Amino acid sequence: MELFSLGIRSIFIDNMIFAYFLGMCSFLAVSKKVSTAIGLGAAVVFVLGVTVPFNWILNEFVLKEGALTWVSASMATIDLSFLRFIMFIAIIAGIVQLVEMIVEKFSPALYGQLGIFLPLIAVNCAILGGCLFMAQRDYTLAESAVYGFGSGAGFMLAIVLLAAIREKLKYSAVPNGLKGLGITMLLTGLMGIAFMSFMGIDL
Amino acid sequence: MSAETLEKAIAKKPAEALLSKRRKKLVADPLVDENPITIQVLGICSALAVTTQMQPTLVMAISVTFVVALSNFVISLMRNTIPSRVRIIVQLAVVATLVTLVSEVLKAFAYDMYKELSVFIGLIITNCIVMGRLEAFAMGNKPYDSMLDGLGSALGYSWIILTVAFFRELWGSGSVFGIKVFDFLSGLIGPDFHLATNGLMVTPVGAFIILGLIVWVQRTKTGYVEH
Repeated sequence: MELFSLGIRSIFIDNMIFAYFLGMCSFLAVSKKVSTAIGLGAAVVFVLGVTVPFNWILNEFVLKEGALTWVSASMATIDLSFLRFIMFIAIIAGIVQLVEMIVEKFSPALYGQLGIFLPLIAVNCAILGGCLFMAQRDYTLAESAVYGFGSGAGFMLAIVLLAAIREKLKYSAVPNGLKGLGITMLLTGLMGIAFMSFMGIDL
Repeated sequence: MSAETLEKAIAKKPAEALLSKRRKKLVADPLVDENPITIQVLGICSALAVTTQMQPTLVMAISVTFVVALSNFVISLMRNTIPSRVRIIVQLAVVATLVTLVSEVLKAFAYDMYKELSVFIGLIITNCIVMGRLEAFAMGNKPYDSMLDGLGSALGYSWIILTVAFFRELWGSGSVFGIKVFDFLSGLIGPDFHLATNGLMVTPVGAFIILGLIVWVQRTKTGYVEH
């Protein structure tokens, strides 16, 4: 039950886009068509769902203060958490590369759809952000897996909704200076107001 | 006029001046015409997340400037030895090292600020401006030019986020850099004069709307139209 409410919270209340502004670059750049938005969203769900628990293992057994006690008791005082950024980003880049190879091998059709987005995900702030939040909030392994999938799903929900609105927006007369980024920011703001209504839910 | 002739005289020398016209352009272009946020749409995440108050925004701006300028410099020094297949990993490693440096310095000397910015200092690593400038400029240009280019982009980013933060803090909390402007004004004019703050400005929604409006104003002025 605890895990379920964490999942719901990471999708709707602590939404990556509307509450933390993470992954905005790809959110704005790849939201022109619903089909590509779904592709990118699915890739983000998958990569977040895999990397967050993986980085949890790394953090728990290598980086955290006293994490190396399983090697020998004399290492209990070692705190490697300053290496967090560089290790997390290395794991993310590695996993993204791995996912790319696996998808290419087993599902060429999906690879064709995701192709260009997959390598870009390595530098999506939502992924690194998710990992850093996981480390900061001291989640357990199960919680970090749920959190990873949940926040990925939240990102996907947001990007698909925005893409659907932008497809319709093509037919409206937007002032020149407001075209593109400007109107998209205002739209995201309005969507954010809608998502604020979830904040009242007590889980 | 005199400055211009002086510059021409310097430009005639075989070695390029420390701040020649071309180099000045490297710094000045990203400020308005090629602004990383409003025109190139890069580095939006942190632009929105830290801008509820002016003070953390200033710290963020300085940190990003440091990281972008130095990483551009370092990558440019190594540009001929990096194999192109692994360049993303090399770039990430350099950037992550610089960001770790920033984060450790903040932790040691400004712990409150470190707590307040929390994960967003770490997220400078994935700030698209950093990677974008490395890919687009530092991989093909000399170190000093690359540093100037990074400096320009970072300053273009800084003035936008400081503007967003100014409006968000003023309207959301009635203060600027923590100085209570609204209270001061009502104290000056009289108790009948009361300025209400808008809670929406402190929430993410306020950030989206303020940035959207700034983009509108900025693009109307420069005449840039996105298709």
